[in-house]
Amino acid sequence: MANLALPKRSYQQRDLLNKVLVTGIALFLLIIFLAPLGYMFTTAIKSDSQMSDPQAPVIWPHSKATFEFNGESLELFNVPINGEMQELAMVKKTRTSSEFLDPNNPDAGTIMWEGNWRTLDPVYVRDPQWQNFKKAWDDLNFPRLFLNTLVIAGFGTLGAVGSSVFVAYGFARFNFKGKNILFMILIATIILPVQATLIPTFIFFSRIGWTNTLLPLIVPHYFANAYNVFLMRQYFMQIPRAMDEAAMIDGAGRLRTFWSVILPQSIPALTAVSLFHFFFAWNDFFSPLVYLASKPELWPLSVGLQRFNALYGRQPNLIQAGALITLVLPVIIFFFAQRIFMQGIVFTGVDK
Amino acid sequence: MATPDLAQSVQVTGSKSKRMSSREREQMKWGLFFISPWLIGFLVFTLIPVVATLVLAFTDYNPVQPDIVKFIGLKNFSTMLTDAKVWASLGVTVKYAVLAIPITFGFGLMLATLVNSKNLKVSEGFRTLFYMPAMIPIVAAGVIWAGVANTQTGWINLGLGAVGLPTPDWLNSTTWIYPLLVLIGLWGTGNLMLTLMAGMQGVPSEIYEAAVIDGANGWQRFVNITIPMISPVIFYNLTLMIIGAFKYFDLAYVLKNGTGGPQDATLFYALNFYKNSFEYNLMGYGSALAWVLFLIVLALTAVLFATSGRWVYYAAGDGS
Repeated sequence: MANLALPKRSYQQRDLLNKVLVTGIALFLLIIFLAPLGYMFTTAIKSDSQMSDPQAPVIWPHSKATFEFNGESLELFNVPINGEMQELAMVKKTRTSSEFLDPNNPDAGTIMWEGNWRTLDPVYVRDPQWQNFKKAWDDLNFPRLFLNTLVIAGFGTLGAVGSSVFVAYGFARFNFKGKNILFMILIATIILPVQATLIPTFIFFSRIGWTNTLLPLIVPHYFANAYNVFLMRQYFMQIPRAMDEAAMIDGAGRLRTFWSVILPQSIPALTAVSLFHFFFAWNDFFSPLVYLASKPELWPLSVGLQRFNALYGRQPNLIQAGALITLVLPVIIFFFAQRIFMQGIVFTGVDK
Repeated sequence: MATPDLAQSVQVTGSKSKRMSSREREQMKWGLFFISPWLIGFLVFTLIPVVATLVLAFTDYNPVQPDIVKFIGLKNFSTMLTDAKVWASLGVTVKYAVLAIPITFGFGLMLATLVNSKNLKVSEGFRTLFYMPAMIPIVAAGVIWAGVANTQTGWINLGLGAVGLPTPDWLNSTTWIYPLLVLIGLWGTGNLMLTLMAGMQGVPSEIYEAAVIDGANGWQRFVNITIPMISPVIFYNLTLMIIGAFKYFDLAYVLKNGTGGPQDATLFYALNFYKNSFEYNLMGYGSALAWVLFLIVLALTAVLFATSGRWVYYAAGDGS
């Protein structure tokens, strides 16, 4: 009997071992993968002197501990007294001997210690500089950049979604000559490099006075794009045609059918497309660089952070604080909408 | 509903009329109506500009003095042939692509296999977190990694130094800047991971079961079943990545403030295009650069599609 039970248990053990092993590897990889975010966060809350202090602990911001005595600020050191480490406040230092106070009992008088004080280790205490975020916020002019980004992303999303559902419905539901060729042209625009159209478009926008405004970053998205149309079309094709036909028998016109039958059923796809465009616009660096280079008051976060990085090269703490405040919103939105978002990625990426 | 349509189409073919039936006309009318935003946009923002770029490529157009533009024939193209920056930028682009594409694919396949493993606990959480850096705005990612790769306080070199390995000056070395760019690029592997994973999930389990019976081990199953079965996804991503190398701009600009340094090591093709067109205002020349870029991308895509029949496997019935 015992012999029979053994293989089963060892199978379970092996299974458990596999799970522990695979999950452990994944966790290890994930920690390394996300470690730069740890660097960003801990650097963002360091002061200039904390960053340049070679003795301080590497990761979390620490400062040298001090002890206030008689209105003076005394540095604390780890001092070996009678073979035992004690945290003492330095009163007087010379190369051969120093005088210390015991912070727990300062009235007991000074303690002499023989030796070079430079060999002693200072006492460090945790001391994160949260005010760096406030400073980066102000120096970046974050509210302005944020507002510009929001306007570009918000109005752009409206146009991208509105136009793409419209076009996708046309491709999904109607049969007409040349439709397949047109659809192939649409999909082929995915490989078209933006550079191939940029210069004439730029000249056109500058002739009509749109350069140094937000319009070139918003208006072109009101004319649909391949990814969004593709995703929406695939989605529409899963909705049974009988739904359209039933609505039309009830006397609804084409637009009304589209509006009150198809759109309400497409909320997940609409959400995915909205998220795609919102993230795209939040991320976009090239177009605002081209169209707004000489108009700082209209910069979005991407250009603002890049310029901030170029100007504040000697203050990595503020740069990292700036990076953190620019990525917070997209990352939070992603966590809330990750399921719909990731389904949309799979949808556009696998079916082609 | 179907009967009158049928009757109508029979009638039309019967009379051999070229005229559209009223149903066809209605379909055409509404179809064009719905796709009209894209049709207009395609004309105004794609087709006309592409042609205009070609025309401008034969001129010396300069936005500072737009009125004294003149046709200069093929001069822009012949200048390109002798422009050291153009060749440097092509070299940079190819060097990066050759390094980045295999590493990114390897990493993406590994992540996809990992998050798809039945042995992984809380796999959905891992999936989300491995995807998450792809959501970080690219400028922020560049700024973060520039800090991480910093020679004094950056964690990469602190880690390498701690185990006694050499600590290169990543951002200022013409060699080490490329591995750094590839590393940063790995933060964007999320899309690749998800699409590869979905592809893996679509492989019928009977194939694996049959292979197990035939005695294939895990690695053999991965190479001989998984990879061929997901080759359409690989093909799609490979195409986008090769094209992506020629559009590569943002990170090169953010890490080195658009200088293209050290010694042109980050002067990607798209950055060189930008500098000529928008910093030196040589828009005629920029147009020529853009068209050559367009042709390169077209040629690469054509080559990929032409060879795809040999290595991309489309399961029967998946002809879309």
